[in-house]
Parts: sequence; structure tokens; C-alpha cells
Amino acid sequence: MSTPRARALALRAAFEAAGARVVEPPVLQPAELLLDLYGEDIRARAYVTSDALRGEQMLRPDFTVPVVQMHMATGAEPARYTYAGEVFRRQEDDAERANEYWQVGYEVFDRADPPAADAEVFALIANTLTHLPLRAVTGDIGILMAAVESLQTSDRRKAALRRHIWRPRRFRALLDRFGGRVPVPASRAALIAGDVTSTAPLTGLRTRSEIDARIAALRADAAEPPIGAQELEGLEALLAVRETVPFALQQLNDLSVDMPAIKPAVRRFAARAEALRARGIDVDALTFEASHGRTLMEYYDGFVFAFYADGRPDLPPIASGGRYDALTQRLGGGDEIPAVGAVLRPGLMVELEGPP
Amino acid sequence: MTIKLGVPSKGRLMDKTFDWFAKRGVTLTRTGSDREYAGAVAGIDGVALVLLSAGEIPRELAAGRIHLGVTGTDLVQDKLPLWEQQVEPIVEMGFGHADLVLAVPTAWVDVDLTDDLDAVAAMFRARHGFRLRIATKYHRLVREFLRDAGVADYALVDSQGATEGTVANETAEAIADITSSGETLSANHLKVLSDGLILASQATLWRSRVAPLEDADRAVLRDLSERLA
Repeated sequence: MSTPRARALALRAAFEAAGARVVEPPVLQPAELLLDLYGEDIRARAYVTSDALRGEQMLRPDFTVPVVQMHMATGAEPARYTYAGEVFRRQEDDAERANEYWQVGYEVFDRADPPAADAEVFALIANTLTHLPLRAVTGDIGILMAAVESLQTSDRRKAALRRHIWRPRRFRALLDRFGGRVPVPASRAALIAGDVTSTAPLTGLRTRSEIDARIAALRADAAEPPIGAQELEGLEALLAVRETVPFALQQLNDLSVDMPAIKPAVRRFAARAEALRARGIDVDALTFEASHGRTLMEYYDGFVFAFYADGRPDLPPIASGGRYDALTQRLGGGDEIPAVGAVLRPGLMVELEGPP
Repeated sequence: MTIKLGVPSKGRLMDKTFDWFAKRGVTLTRTGSDREYAGAVAGIDGVALVLLSAGEIPRELAAGRIHLGVTGTDLVQDKLPLWEQQVEPIVEMGFGHADLVLAVPTAWVDVDLTDDLDAVAAMFRARHGFRLRIATKYHRLVREFLRDAGVADYALVDSQGATEGTVANETAEAIADITSSGETLSANHLKVLSDGLILASQATLWRSRVAPLEDADRAVLRDLSERLA
């Protein structure tokens, strides 16, 4: 039986042979950037340490951010990278889950043909895993974003929904509010009516003008008509799409009649399906779930996928990945490039393979 | 073997714990000098007293080094992620009431709910270029509460004391802290969010689920539990 380490290095060698450059980001990453990108959630998931000179450092919770940073700083394009190494995840709820494990990754920075790059990454991972009883699930955050964009409502409401795409419960609560399906909280109604005052001195950094701006925003929002019931039903139907790729495409095309703004995203989905087919993926049997990826890392903003072990709901995905164009923009200092990548967990592969 | 009972080693929490046990016929006393953390138990056989800081009692219970312990719900839940598997509450003791609450400046008339706080956090981050800071020492409880409430764009900053002062000192925009009466909050011009109760805590007698027990210990534990519950 191979060790996770040996398997990880063999996979990296195979990805290198497929044309990727080997990169080795450091184990310690500056915490500030990761915290700024992911907020407190990352602190719950990553080990933080510090020294007096460099301040807070994190044991790398994944490779994507350092690889993107490296590419944006020095990389020529197009570029393909591979890496293998341990990542570290704090576990607070489940002592059975590993807090230190090997990851092997493959990342593509290429602006020529994003659907083809999506298919390239997916097919590479799928072909690495053909010998295991796994179930692949795909999704597309870009379609959800486009659906939010398509709503006939204020930019402020759209921004609030976009911000919470990765928090499904909060997203639903916002939809209920913007759709007028729940009453306005009493305290907010009183505030909008001008009935809430305070004589307390204002302490802290937040200024009076910020408070006034928020009240003005709430008043403007109260004057907005609710999002129509038909539009909400359309969005909810879209979130509920859970089909094999060809049927999902059909449903998305049907939905785009009333949501024309999602058409470009649906066309990209169709192009990706063709690119996957061209790479030999059995697209007719591949699952698409519109909501897949909404509880993954916030950086995915397009194609997303994961491979789960059949009959092992206790295991995290054996492989997962997706497109993160916006992250390259965020870390690019004014530059951006379409990017897609995936990671495998060699330790879980070895476990599933069992003794030879 | 004896049953080891851990209780707070000083202050009102110790006095009230001693009173509470005394009313149930179990006399706890500190022995030796004032500075020595040794104690004795009368009124029941087979029980030994261990005087500890209230903050250490959760860890000692989880490690199985004490069988029973008196400490607050807040400390157990913040320090022991898997507390339900490690300890079991036997009885709430009716004192040491303290609520862990989320509070913001009273002058923030536009913030009454966590929903408001989330919206303000987004605006604050856009305006100031960093996340809205919440000062607390209960990191895990606060983070889980805010995750459930769907609040984003905040950062927790550690505050081990004088947390109510952090807003005026501009090292935080909001706080999450223990309050018993709310007086310190209002003196610092802070108000609790209407849905900002993170945890209602009180002194509680806990049983360790992992401390080793011999047959004789089991009988003592059963006897003691019956007298106390």
C-alpha cells in the first residue's frame, strides 16, 4: 500500500508530465491576506501562529492563494502549475477529521478558452480517479451570480444578495425580505418612520454620517417595490436545479426565457459541457446541482465540482475544484486572468484503494 | 478511590458554591492558610475537594482528572468544542448568572438586530477598508453565533479585560462580553442587540463523562447526585 506522500509525489509527477510547472509555496503564509479574503471563518479552519517580526502567520490551509499570488507577481501566461504538500486545518467539531493532510493540485491560468480550461482540469482529475467508486457533482456559481444580476431590483439589493451567495440561509432570508414575504422588523419600521433617537454620545470609529447614510439607504429600500413573486419563483427554481447535465441545460434554457440575463452564463455552461464531452467525459451521466459550491470557499465564482466516495458520507470530497477569476483580480493589483484549478487528497485515495 | 469535586477556589463564586452545597448537607471548607488551595468535605464519604480556577474546571473535567466540577456554562461551551461528549450538566445552581451578549454603541440608532449589524459591517468595510472589529475573549462562541446569524465582514479582536472600553478607545466597533446587570454596558454607552444573546450562563454542576470510576465511586456518585439534584 502506497503512502499518501508517495502517492502525492507520483500524482504531481504525472501532472508535471502533462505540462504543469512544479511550484512549492511555503508552509507559513502571512495571516493578514487570508483573513482579509475569508474573514473569521478561516481563523476557525486554520492554525494561526505568530512571531514578533512577521506578525501573525498561518499554516497554509490551502495552496490556491499562494499560487495565485505567485502567478500574479511573476508568472508568464498561459501557465499551468502543480504542487504537492501538506495542508493544515483546525478541527473544532469532528475529532475524526484530519487536521493535517496531503493535497496535490493543478491550476490553469489561461485566457484563451475558459470552458476548455474547465474541461481540461475536470478531465485530468476524473481520469486520475477512474479506478475508484466516486460520484462527481458539478455546479456553476457564475449562473447564480447572473441570476441575481437579472433581478428587477436595486443595485443595493443585488449587492446584498451577491455578498451572501455563500451563506444559503442568509441568502434566503434576504430574498424573503426583498420579496416582501416577511414583515419589516418593528425596530426598523420605527427607524424608517423617524421614531428612533438616542441622546447617547457617539463612541468609536463609525461616524454620524455613516449612520445617516445607512438610514437613508433603509428609507430608499423601503420605498422600493418588492421583488415580484414570479421572479422569486424563477430564482428558486434555478437554485433547485439538480439533474444530469443535458437535462439541467434544458431546464436552464427554459428558465432563461424569463431571466434573459443568465443567457451568457448558460451558453458558457453549454460550451463547457461540449468541451467535457470532447475530452471523453460521460456528460449524459454527470450530475449538475445549481446550489453546489455554495458552502465551499468563497473564491469560486464559476464552474465548481467535487468527487465524493460512494457509500462513504463520512468522508470529505476526494477531489474538488473550480474557477476563481475574481480572486486573480483581487490579488492581481489591477491585473486579472481567468483561472481554474483543483486539488486531490492522496491520503483518501490510498484509504479507498485499500490493501493491494 | 474517591470522587473528585472541583470548585472555584476564590471569590463570590466559591462562597456561593459552598453555601449551595451546605444547604444540601454537604459541607465544603478550605483548610490550611488562606493562600493554600486545599479543602475538605464533610457530610458524605468518598468525596475529595479540589480547588481550582473556574476557567480551568472545564479542562480538568474533559481530561477526566476530576469527576464533578462547578463552573459556568459559558466557560464549558467556549473551552470544550465537544462539550456534550465530554461533560454532562447535573444541575443548574441558580447563581453566577451571566449572559454573553453582543453590544454596539447606543448611538447606533440604525442597529437593533444582527441583520443590521451585518449590513453595517459591509458598509463599514467599504468605507474604512477593514472589517468591523468585535472585541471579545469568547472567540469560538461568538464566531459560531455570528456564522449562524449570517453576519459577514467582521473580525474578532482579542480582549481579555475592560472589553467595554475598546469601542471608546477605537480598537473595536462592537463587543461580545459577559454581563450580569448591563450597568457596565450602559456606563460605556453600549446597548445589547435585541437578538444578541449569545449564551445565557449560570454556575452549573457538571459530571465528567470520561473520568474513570470504580464500583464504589459509582455508588458515591449516585448518592451525591441524588442529594444535590
